[in-house]
Parts: sequence; structure tokens; C-alpha cells
Amino acid sequence: MSSNNNVLVKMNNAGYRHNDKWLVQGVSLSVEKGKIVTLIGPNGSGKSTTAKIALGILKKIDGSVEKYTNKIGYVPQKISIDWTLPLRVYDFMILTENLDEKTIDEALSLTGVIHLKDKSLGNLSGGEFQRVLLARAISKKPELLVLDEPVQGVDFTGEIALYELIKKISDELNCGILLISHDLHTVMSATDHVVCLNGHVCCSGTPIDVAKNTEYKALFGEQASQILTRYEHKHDHVHTIEGKIKKN
Amino acid sequence: MFDDFFIRALVAGLGVAFVTGPLGCFVVWRRLSYFGDTLAHSALLGVTIAYSLEFNIALSVFIISSLIALILVQLQNRTNLPGDALLGLLAHSSLAVGLVVIGFLTFIRFDVMGLLFGDILAVTVDDLYIIWIGGALILLVLKLIWKGLFASTVNYELAEAEGLNPDRAKAIFTILMAAIIAISIKMVGLLLITGMLIIPAAMARNISDSPQKMIIYSIIGGLLSVIIGLFSSLEFNTPSGPSIIAAALFLFVISLFKIKQTIKLKN
Repeated sequence: MSSNNNVLVKMNNAGYRHNDKWLVQGVSLSVEKGKIVTLIGPNGSGKSTTAKIALGILKKIDGSVEKYTNKIGYVPQKISIDWTLPLRVYDFMILTENLDEKTIDEALSLTGVIHLKDKSLGNLSGGEFQRVLLARAISKKPELLVLDEPVQGVDFTGEIALYELIKKISDELNCGILLISHDLHTVMSATDHVVCLNGHVCCSGTPIDVAKNTEYKALFGEQASQILTRYEHKHDHVHTIEGKIKKN
Repeated sequence: MFDDFFIRALVAGLGVAFVTGPLGCFVVWRRLSYFGDTLAHSALLGVTIAYSLEFNIALSVFIISSLIALILVQLQNRTNLPGDALLGLLAHSSLAVGLVVIGFLTFIRFDVMGLLFGDILAVTVDDLYIIWIGGALILLVLKLIWKGLFASTVNYELAEAEGLNPDRAKAIFTILMAAIIAISIKMVGLLLITGMLIIPAAMARNISDSPQKMIIYSIIGGLLSVIIGLFSSLEFNTPSGPSIIAAALFLFVISLFKIKQTIKLKN
């Protein structure tokens, strides 16, 4: 663990209850600068809820959350936008912060949707919209990125490219990322810390540690475990204590 | 210049239109039409209280409308009734209580029709000050809360996650709604204020592809409605408030043809 002032958000034994049912409880984790923390777990295991607790969207929570940054970019899992509002991609990009044209163009180019800049948001396909959501979140150059299934609905080649982009952003901006993903392959190749949820933290640690955990195997099956261990040999760099990257 | 009642009415109406334009867009976007209606209905109670206590009408209406908004929030938190039922409950009961209070105030001659539908002759120079200064204040506050209010209108969770405090923006917006009703009640009357908020904004929605454009068109639509409505009410001797709303409706209908044209072009 690096020194404490690198921590962007810290959850202490946090939980959330809705209608007397615990959606998630007893979650402790912290996201640090330059690190990618991934939440995995089956449907309904409280991944999105955990992200919302970390972001401060859910307020009546158990435990506590300490936030050390206000520069946050968020890609929610589900977003319902009311189309009574005429909204172009451009308007959406400056929704929470005013950005100059160049910054907007750069972000849209990175996610491959610069050609949609003046299109109405309502006319985009699911995958296109997802790319816009990601572009909006990274364009603010946030210190903390919270990505809830950021590549859902994106085509296969795009998916790989976007995950590579996320990794690159994490390195370039030295921002912390809290990532939620179903795709165990990609998760494990780029993640520093994995938290496996099932209503509570069932195990956590480096991808390798988690893969060897028996509770994880019980949850995802033996095959998923093999996916992870394969990545053991794929790391081409290590992280130094300062969070910098050192190629092997 | 303000000696002429018609000029006063025109200046007052234009002042109101500048404010209802942007506020009306938010009413449409946030689906608050009936909320606006409820606040407007409660304004009658505000007016009667102002008369019986010899108090400033705009201020009294502002206080009562804000109070009703507060009660609504409390009822929403404490009961299981759906929002529209609560809105109806508050709208009609505050209207009824207002009318009952008028019944008791036999010593004052009341122009109920003027209250319900607005009265051109009732606008005084003092009212002009209230409309223009009050209106400028409303627009200023709206500009200050714009980012948070607009972002949370698009998506509450994004606004909250990225630190824009949408709850505060919403609370302030509610107060602004009470304020616009307070300053415009004499002009268009309490039954028609919501029309002034919604119709120009709805017209603007038909012909805009961005939020900024919609707000600008909504203001222009409101201004045109006031001008057309007031001149035709002078020409045909029709009531002013309803004439303004009818003019707004006329513009809305024209904007529908614009849609048809663009659809044709696309095909």
C-alpha cells in the first residue's frame, strides 16, 4: 500500500439497505491515484450499489465514505434520459463542466465518436451512446473515474480498444478508476485490485489472489479461475510504490 | 409614457414573457406542468390574504405558493399517495379555501374574474417595478443554479456523482416558480399562468435541436404572444390574459407545420 494521501475514495464497512433488504453490506475498499480497482460479482451482488455509495449518490448508508476529490467522472450502468429535452452530443459533453472545443473533440476522437458531435443524443445506438458516455467522463480529466459496465453494447473490437483506452487514461492522467465489469478476461489483464462481491465482499486482492480463492471458484466456477491464472504471465510491467509504471 | 394602460400592460407582459420563457422550458423538461398549476391555484389564497391584511399581493402570493410547495414535499414524504393526487388535492383545496375566504370579505369588492384570468387595467406602475426587478432577480438566480439544475434535469445521478448538488438546485427552482407566479398573477391570472409557462416552451421544443435554442425560441414565442394577444384584445375587445394564451396557442399550431415540413424533407 502506498502512502495515505494517494487515496481518492475510501469506504469503511459501508452498506445500503432498501425496503429492509440489504443490497450490499460491509464493503471496505479504497481507490488510489493511478490504480484500477475492479468490482466483480454475479447479478444483484451489489456492484452498482457499491459504486453509488462511493460516489455519494446514495446517502442513507451504513458505515462511512471518505472522498478526497471532487473531480469525478461517472459512467452509470443505466441512464434514462427524457427526450422532451433536445440534447446534442455536444450539449451532453458540457453537462457538468464547461470544456473548450478542443478538449471535447479530443475526448470524442479517443472513443471514436467525433463524427456524432452534432447529432441528437436520442438518435444514437446503444454502443454509440456508451462511447459518448465514456468520452464525457474522461474529457473532464477527472482524478477519479467510476465506470459501471462502460463497454456494454459496444462491438467486440471496440470493446478491446475501449478497455485499452481506459488503461491508458489511468496511466496518463494518473487517476484512480473504480471499474465494474462482467468481462473477466479484460478485468484481470489490467486491474490492480479485484473486489469480488456477493452482497458482501466475498474476497479481494490482486487478480491472482482472487482467482485462487475458493469462494471465488464457488461463485464463478473452475473455468473462470483458469481465465485469471492465465493472465499471470501477461503482465509486462510492474507498479512502483509511487504508482508509476515500470516496464519489465 | 406609462400613463397609458395599454403601454403598461405591454411592458408588464413583455417582462413576464422574458422570465416564463426559460422557466417554462424547465417546467416542460422536468414534467412540472401540474406542479405549476397547483402553485398558481394556491395563489388565490395568497391574494385574499393580501387583501384582508392589506399586504403586498406579490409578496403574499409568493409566501403562500412557497408554503404550498413545502407542504407538497412533506406530503410526498409522509403519505403513499401518488404525486398527481397530492397535486390535485392541494390545487383544488387551496383554490376552494381562497374562494371561501373571499366570501367572508364582504367589505371588499372583489374582481374574481380578474384574478382568475388576469386584468389589463389592474396593472399599475408599481406592478411594473415588481415584474421587471423581480423578473431580473429570478433570471439571475436561474443563471446561478443553471449548471446543477440542467444537469440534474438530464440525469440526477450524474449531477449528484459529479458534485453539482441537484437537491439544492431543485429547491431553489421551486422558489423561482412561486416567484414567477407571484409577479405575473395580475397579468395573466391564476388559471392561465401555467399556459404562459408551458405553451411557448412547447412551441419552442417543436423547432429546436438544442437546449439553448429552445430557451431562446421560448422567450421569443412568449414575447410574440404578449404583443399579438394584447393588440388583438384591444382590437376585438377581448379579455387580455386569454387573448395572450390564445396567441401562444396560435404560434404552437404554426410550429407543428414546421415539424411536418422537416419530416417531409428527411424522407
